[in-house]
Amino acid sequence: MPLREDIKKVLVIGSGPIVIGQAAEFDYAGTQACRALREEGLEVVLINSNPATIMTDKAMADKIYIEPLTLDVVKRVIEIERPDSVLSTLGGQTGLTLSMQLAKEGFLEKMGVKLLGANPETIDKAEDRQIFKDTMESIGQPCIPSKVVTTVEDAMSFAQEIGYPVIVRPAFTLGGSGGGIAQTPQELHEICEGGLRLSPITQVLIEKCISGWKEIEFEVIRDRKNNTITVCSMENVDPVGVHTGDSIVVAPAVTLADKEYQMLRTAAIDIVKALGVEGGCNCQFALRPDSFEYAVIEVNPRVSRSSALASKATGYPIAKVAAKIAIGYTLDEIVNAVTGKTYACFEPTIDYIVVKFPKWPFDKFVYGKRTLGTQMKATGEVMAIGTSFEQAMMKAVRSIELGLDTLNVKKLEEKTDEQIVEMLYKCDDERIFVVFEALKRGVSLDTIFEITKIDRWFTGKLKNLVDLQNYLQEGNLDSHKYNIAKKYGFLDKTIQRLSGCEVTQEMKRYASFKMVDTCAAEFSAETPYFYSTFDQENEAAQFIQHHNSGKKKVLVIGSGPIRIGQGIEFDYCSVHCVWALKEEGYEAIIANNNPETVSTDFDTSDRLYFDPLTPEDVDSILETEKPWGVVVQFGGQTAIKLTKHLMEKGVNILGTSADSIDAAEDRERFDQLLEKCNIPRPAGHTVFTSDEALKAANDLGYPVLLRPSYVLGGQNMIIAYNDADVVEYMNIITSHMIENPVLIDKYMMGKEIEVDAICDGYDYLIPGIMEHIERAGVHSGDSISVYPAQTLSQKMKAALIDYTGRLARELKVVGLVNIQYVIYNDQVYVIEVNPRSSRTVPYISKVTGVPMVDIATKIMLGYKLADMGYGSGLYPEGDYVAVKVPVFSFEKLHDVDTALGPEMKSTGEVLGIAKTFEDALLKGLVSAGYKMKKDGGVLITVKNSDQIEAIPLAEKFEKMGFTLYATPGTALVLNQHMIATNSVRKLGFPPPNIYDLFESGKVDYVISTSAKGRMPARHSVQMRRKAVELAIPTLTSLDTANALANCLMMERTIDDVELVDIVHI
Amino acid sequence: MQILENSKKAYLLLADGTVFEGLSVGAQGTTIGEVVFTTGMTGYQETLTDPSYYGQIVTQTFPLIGNYGVNHFDGESNKCYLKGYIIREWCEVPSNFRMEGTIAEFLKENNVIGIYDIDTRALTRKIREYGVMNGMITDQDVYANKQTLLQEINAFEIKDAIRSVSIEQPVKYECEHPEFEVALLDYGYKRNIRRSLLMRNCNVTAVPCTTTAAQLKEMGVDGVMLSNGPGDPQEDKDIINNLQEILQMGLPVFGICLGHQLTALASGGTTQKLKYGHRGANQPVIDLESGTTYVTSQNHGYEVVAASIKPEIGTVSHINANDRSCEGVEYKNKNIFTVQFHPEACGGPADTGYLFDHFITRMRCIKEGK
Repeated sequence: MPLREDIKKVLVIGSGPIVIGQAAEFDYAGTQACRALREEGLEVVLINSNPATIMTDKAMADKIYIEPLTLDVVKRVIEIERPDSVLSTLGGQTGLTLSMQLAKEGFLEKMGVKLLGANPETIDKAEDRQIFKDTMESIGQPCIPSKVVTTVEDAMSFAQEIGYPVIVRPAFTLGGSGGGIAQTPQELHEICEGGLRLSPITQVLIEKCISGWKEIEFEVIRDRKNNTITVCSMENVDPVGVHTGDSIVVAPAVTLADKEYQMLRTAAIDIVKALGVEGGCNCQFALRPDSFEYAVIEVNPRVSRSSALASKATGYPIAKVAAKIAIGYTLDEIVNAVTGKTYACFEPTIDYIVVKFPKWPFDKFVYGKRTLGTQMKATGEVMAIGTSFEQAMMKAVRSIELGLDTLNVKKLEEKTDEQIVEMLYKCDDERIFVVFEALKRGVSLDTIFEITKIDRWFTGKLKNLVDLQNYLQEGNLDSHKYNIAKKYGFLDKTIQRLSGCEVTQEMKRYASFKMVDTCAAEFSAETPYFYSTFDQENEAAQFIQHHNSGKKKVLVIGSGPIRIGQGIEFDYCSVHCVWALKEEGYEAIIANNNPETVSTDFDTSDRLYFDPLTPEDVDSILETEKPWGVVVQFGGQTAIKLTKHLMEKGVNILGTSADSIDAAEDRERFDQLLEKCNIPRPAGHTVFTSDEALKAANDLGYPVLLRPSYVLGGQNMIIAYNDADVVEYMNIITSHMIENPVLIDKYMMGKEIEVDAICDGYDYLIPGIMEHIERAGVHSGDSISVYPAQTLSQKMKAALIDYTGRLARELKVVGLVNIQYVIYNDQVYVIEVNPRSSRTVPYISKVTGVPMVDIATKIMLGYKLADMGYGSGLYPEGDYVAVKVPVFSFEKLHDVDTALGPEMKSTGEVLGIAKTFEDALLKGLVSAGYKMKKDGGVLITVKNSDQIEAIPLAEKFEKMGFTLYATPGTALVLNQHMIATNSVRKLGFPPPNIYDLFESGKVDYVISTSAKGRMPARHSVQMRRKAVELAIPTLTSLDTANALANCLMMERTIDDVELVDIVHI
Repeated sequence: MQILENSKKAYLLLADGTVFEGLSVGAQGTTIGEVVFTTGMTGYQETLTDPSYYGQIVTQTFPLIGNYGVNHFDGESNKCYLKGYIIREWCEVPSNFRMEGTIAEFLKENNVIGIYDIDTRALTRKIREYGVMNGMITDQDVYANKQTLLQEINAFEIKDAIRSVSIEQPVKYECEHPEFEVALLDYGYKRNIRRSLLMRNCNVTAVPCTTTAAQLKEMGVDGVMLSNGPGDPQEDKDIINNLQEILQMGLPVFGICLGHQLTALASGGTTQKLKYGHRGANQPVIDLESGTTYVTSQNHGYEVVAASIKPEIGTVSHINANDRSCEGVEYKNKNIFTVQFHPEACGGPADTGYLFDHFITRMRCIKEGK
């Protein structure tokens, strides 16, 4: 039986903002689901608070609510829209939890709404620790000795019984938040307390630690007819103990003989059948390396990060199939879109190997705790496909954007052998590089296994890469050697560097491409999904020949892994560019390496190349495709970085020229440009050394802003208040490879304005001007951004429009440009100009109705703005105010200072849309997770220069009836100004101090600013960390605090604010 | 790393003249066989020891072979019957707790001529497009006297397949708590068929492929298991005629793979060669009675023609979900059922192991006079 006839209108719940543990994969899953549903003629209603997603695009659903993902709001959407069903399993843990709450409260039944994808019973069996254990026991599947506890005391006594170390796993938390491995009773006490607090049902699992066992995953799909298949097996390079999201993962599993493989596969199928999952399900197993003994670690009865990976690794569209199953189809009725001949009821088999490599934020958070454990820390990942593990690994390493093209890391090469062996004991983000270094030093596979429990299979393969490096270093380079090196994933530049020889014209080979077809070539496939290798046949070339459309071809460069500063918004832009190109009759080709995204879905573009985005990798694609043009401006810095190389090759770069991009990024040329346009900017200099930096800083006068040129997301950007800050900063920068100079500017603490514009080289259109709540100094990605700007005078607006026009014209921008301004003493200054798409493009497009990427793409193809029908200059402001609020993942990143500054820290964002600014802000804050508690206590501890400004702020909280607490300095100033404030000792002073106050539960908000931060040892940082651990909202900018206070003072609550369907505004 | 050292060159010459250059692994020398491919990602040792590959040169589509080494538990027979082995890469540092050696050592010990470091996907695509064809693996240069070699290659035929792999004398295997006596007709049986029966309380006597109905009667068995095996099922008329008599005995019969094909032929059905066969661990099969799809392990180059199973013979019980070919037959008025796929798995999924239970049930019913 196909589609259920009782389903006509479906509510899809999205996963909300990008946070660690719940990232772009749910945009991919949600988008696939929405498309699958609409394909069936169903009406789709969507709710998701994340405006940067493709799924919240008007093309994706009939009604779209970018609204807070709270129970009450979802209920209101159901009341307004009256869908007949809710799809629960495609929106990550957030979507699943909300659906379950709705079902359990009886709300769905009351409203006559069916729950699709999962039923509460299944979810409980999978997610409630005790019921899960009982279920596993009933079907004879072994679990790890464990016990569900709700108090620290019970945890301690159980741990005593099974012995340390033990793992703490809180129930119903994202990415294992609040979990960890405890070696001692003290550690258990600490972790358990945190875990209980973070678990919405105050429940944690205490479990025997089986670190060191192999970690194997299976992705399973089942339908209501009980057809059950496994899509893919995966093996973690890092054994049990490291969260799978933080593990390097290969697909398929490689160290399992058929006997173990089938044992676990059968177990996975039995489990999924016992749980009664209808749709996708992820099963994780621990397998002893020295026997057949195994244990079920965890089951996720929904589409997950692993299923996105499995989809991309095999070509099997799990989310789409899961959505079809949810609405009544069975696997034998769903056609395999890859072959077009076979059905979804089969198991993919692959003829390559896939390596997933996590992207961690530690290049940004230099003081963050890098240790890996059961709590995920990666913000994103890359996937690499190769015909050998070595090749895939080399591809992964150069995709991860750490500036590496091999596993050699300079700072490790400088360590002694003893130090390297010592470092093997530390399980952190650099471990794979340490292992590689150890292999170079001749440490045996057995020794490495004893220490790390990384299977010898992996270290054996890494050893091959060591051998290959040595092989290249010996003697002269010839074609034979070159070909071997290419086969195992070495780039030409790497071969040249290692061999010291030139890669000659005769040697030089470009990669050929093979197809990802789900069936290892058993059937002819029509999927235009390719990866590079060095082999005889070039299937992509054959494909192009057979499918010659006669259309012009355009290659769109994607944005690589999700990281802080370069998130899902660039995928949104890339995908929109592809759509616009197709619409205009071009063949759109995409190159990207991120398995979580919509852009790497094989039916997004006309052809997908899943490969690294280095110059040489892109060259091979160009060689095979010979496109008419290449687009770099939508793929963030990853794509922009390729501009120079492409220009030198004579490639037709569509849109803004490489020269203009350079003019915007090169300090001297930029200064000349501004001078020519007669636009002021904060005074600044370019420096290379500490001495130069100190001199420049003193010339400008403190405070100054320091940053490397060519960055995105304010990476390594700080405000320096004195010489010591400058020296500390320059030391960090120069310890990394410094190729680009450091920029040093006078820091102006004014109002920050952001403008996105579209320009055709002459004419320009500004869809909207955004104003930041926080004054300059807080990175624009971390600021609350308001559209349209609320406090600008006509004069200022006119200046902004005028400056934007002048800059766009002078830079001959063709496409998008993002400009940041600061208004200081009633004067507009330019901070930076980015001739590319930006973070704000998706939300401004959605709110204003101006399809920015589509227009920009068409302009790149030769259209004039005047032809587009959106006019020029500033686009008329709409009836709605939109407030973008950043979302952070601080609870997952230990030792990272939560104070906002010029370096971006947020991982995602939410949007509040309403008729008034106040309502929009309220929605935004609620979406971002603020509970908007209107009573209780506030702790205020601000730096000296903020004390006077803190007075009116404190007064607001006092008037609302909050009890005020402050550290002695701040308390003194407040009390002197007649605001009754309790003084509390700082951390580091004898108790009772702030720590005890926090523990008492009396504090509901913390307002904390400090002149210094970053270093984890500082008390101010520790205090903010403690607040994060206790989940106390912490405001580190007085502007944010003021906005929150104003919101709290409003009579209205979220229940009073109208919900908005953005499709119909 | 082995590939960096002086590896010996090897060639794969196909009947259509295509040459793949690679490196030698396993035994050296020259071998001719029918080139086929299998898509299973695990289970290479089972593949190498599966007698059904008699006369064939097997290509593994999964590029990394030998990852977990070899051991003395996982062989499906006591030797390698295949003619040659084609892989992309073999693993020098295999890793598994049961591992006893590398695949290269295993190939050498079992005298299997192998070639590696070739584009196995290109080869697979060729076989898919043109159908299975003969080929030669050799460590000698093939360009010099290519025409002569091609004549040799084209002349190759798989002959006497079943008799070449079948045992000559019966061998009895006893289980702990015997309930049934089963004769396992050896057309080249995989050990896990035997194990699957033993663990279900059957004593198993493996008997030569020529064993007659009279001999089976004398043995007093409760059921007959027809094994898998190599070659063209129509090749050996004597074996088919012999089987015809066995099928008349009224005993429960369960046939797998070649056993399935021979039963069809013995019952009046026909078989035909598939373009490139079904070999792998991911073949979806629909049980027509329940409507459920199972993922099965398969290895066959011939199929029973579904239309040849006339109502008076029986009904098609299973079909392949991909190409709708016949995957199983339930014979009319007899306790005989056969499947094309491998419920014994090894390698591959064990999802259809329940079919052995059905066989047991049938024997039990007869025995208990139901």
